[in-house]
Amino acid sequence: MRNLASLVFAAGLGFFLTVLLLQFGFGEPPMIVGQAIQDGAAETVGAANFVTSVVLAYRGIDTLGELSILFAAAAAAGLALGSRRPAPAAGEDAGFILRAGSDLLFPLLLVVGLYIILHGHLTPGGGFQGGVILAAAFFIPVLARPSRGLRHSTLSLVEGFAGAGFIVIGLMALLWDGQFLQPLLGTGTLGSLVSAGTLPMLYLAVGLKVGAELAGLLVHLMAREEGEA
Amino acid sequence: MGAQIELVLYVGALGLLAVGAAGLVMSANLFRMILALVIAEAGANLLLVLAGYRWDAVAPILAGQPADVPMVDPVPQAMVLTAIVIGVGVQALALAMAVRIYRAYGTLDFSEVRRRMEADIAAETGIELPGSRDEPAGARPLPPPGANPMLTPEEGR
Repeated sequence: MRNLASLVFAAGLGFFLTVLLLQFGFGEPPMIVGQAIQDGAAETVGAANFVTSVVLAYRGIDTLGELSILFAAAAAAGLALGSRRPAPAAGEDAGFILRAGSDLLFPLLLVVGLYIILHGHLTPGGGFQGGVILAAAFFIPVLARPSRGLRHSTLSLVEGFAGAGFIVIGLMALLWDGQFLQPLLGTGTLGSLVSAGTLPMLYLAVGLKVGAELAGLLVHLMAREEGEA
Repeated sequence: MGAQIELVLYVGALGLLAVGAAGLVMSANLFRMILALVIAEAGANLLLVLAGYRWDAVAPILAGQPADVPMVDPVPQAMVLTAIVIGVGVQALALAMAVRIYRAYGTLDFSEVRRRMEADIAAETGIELPGSRDEPAGARPLPPPGANPMLTPEEGR
């Protein structure tokens, strides 16, 4: 009976959304903001990747709010899991294949993550995507050698400095230009690595913060799992 | 040809949303509920990206193409980018809560967890258990303070 009601609910939700969607033509976006951004972003912001212009320049304060949401979620998860055991009990190291693989993968992932972060204003990618890769780079060695672990103090230090850096860049723009998070330092040549003013710095801060936060979360989840057994 | 692609994309996005919603209300296991939430999130993100699609358009990146080539709307993509990251945070928080619940009750079955939670709250505060249509009043055992008698030995480990 309950399953039947649930199925009816899901089908009704799907039907409702279908009817809503049929009001729009596919492939003709009803928003006009996108066109305006495409017309003006290359001159005013200077980033070749318009998604980056939207995330960091037009909606920079939203990105700051999103970083704080992520921080709050990570802090709440840490609070819920607790950390009575500062050093996780020494688990057995993984087998040879996983250890060798993690040694090989660590520098590669580090390079790829930093590349994606630093080219966020030119190519697809950016601080969030690269940050996740950085988190993976630092988490895989922990999986291979659980006894070594990852120091929480270092992680929170990186995270705090990255978040503070984002806000400091915004405040500098406030002093300089009168607007919080306004891109500074000119636009540079479109498409070169050093362009788009402060946007690459902002994305670097975002990437470090996201990477440190996710790595901390993963280590936290793993440590409690060990305490379980 | 174009209409078929449109159909596939919409059915995929809406189907993911509907499957996620169905899983959310139908599954009894907390971990499966979290997974259903992840699936529904993927559907919603796909739907958002589709909202910014435009026929015969390129990705919103200037890469040497002539300036008058149409591009897809970058705003929904930026929003989905943020939504994915927030989704990861929410999932991590939900998982942390599930781990905590498992440590406290030894099970992830939703109705079982709710029953024990209500019994715990009732025992802690002295408020009577709310009436249930599944069980006659008085048939539910109240746990003594300190121990939980409903844990079988292998569950309690």
